[in-house]
Amino acid sequence: MKLNFNYDGNIACRAILQDQLEKLDIKYQLLDLGQIEISDDVSEESFAELEISLKKYAIHIIDNPKGQLIQKIKDAIIEIVYEKEKFPNITISQYLSDKLNFRYGYITNVFSEYTHTSIENFIIIQKIERAKKLIIEEELTLTEISHELNYSSVAYLSTQFKKVTGLTPSMFKRIVDKRRQLSNNE
Amino acid sequence: MITHQDSMHILLADDDEDDRTFFSEAIQELKMNNKLTLFKDGNELMDYLVHPDIKLPHVLFLDLNMPGKTGIECLKQIRANTRFKDVSIAIYSTSSSEKDIEDTFIEGANIYITKPNDFSSLKKVIQEVVNMNWQFHSSGLNIETFFFST
Repeated sequence: MKLNFNYDGNIACRAILQDQLEKLDIKYQLLDLGQIEISDDVSEESFAELEISLKKYAIHIIDNPKGQLIQKIKDAIIEIVYEKEKFPNITISQYLSDKLNFRYGYITNVFSEYTHTSIENFIIIQKIERAKKLIIEEELTLTEISHELNYSSVAYLSTQFKKVTGLTPSMFKRIVDKRRQLSNNE
Repeated sequence: MITHQDSMHILLADDDEDDRTFFSEAIQELKMNNKLTLFKDGNELMDYLVHPDIKLPHVLFLDLNMPGKTGIECLKQIRANTRFKDVSIAIYSTSSSEKDIEDTFIEGANIYITKPNDFSSLKKVIQEVVNMNWQFHSSGLNIETFFFST
């Protein structure tokens, strides 16, 4: 029997962190996305164990400061793309520099130096990623999706979708549906 | 997740020697740090992939028309094995038919590239693909709904 399911990556990640930290008896506090505070008296041995046990779930501890800044920028962008109602009247550049306490120029430079893409492009990729989920999981229409993702028009959303995926949204949906049929028939 | 210090591991299976040469020259000229492994047909590729202790590639470029095992056969076999679920598969073919594009995407390909005729377009397209693939791997995006064609 095959089941389709959806999941929330953030909740799953938090649950994994809680399980693993408790297993190693490390005192912790979950902070923002992608950040935890652990007590300073953790031995090197159990820190190494933690690193290994998280690796299994593709969770990597980032310990260089620029890597941490990149992760914070990505998390903030994802927050904006997924919870736009929280940010009614603020531009992304304003939000990023307020939240991270750096000039926007510095933020964009660090970002493109380390990620091989620009912040603008990363935002587009994240928005299209969300559009894909809305098409598959919520079966929303393009008009609903363009509203949800703050696009000025359906045509603009379609153009961007095609640029990022090479497919029209309807071709995308047809391919995903056929893939599922194929794997259900096996 | 990969960070900027890691190199991207790329495989190419193509029976045409000139195409393999152009491809590796294009990869070498990219700014990113990449490791490329070449295979001259589908059988050679599959023999390599069955080894349990290889480091899995981030992306595999697959020619469609190859003697022995075709690109489509390799694609089906790789996608039937969950061990390779995080490997992006890029079809690298002379065909630009909509049907080939759709069929290979349905069978589990992520990227479709029509082989360009000149070196500068090849470099440009490989750069785009490698960058897009990097975004998916380094940000933990869903490979299952990753599609890109140029």
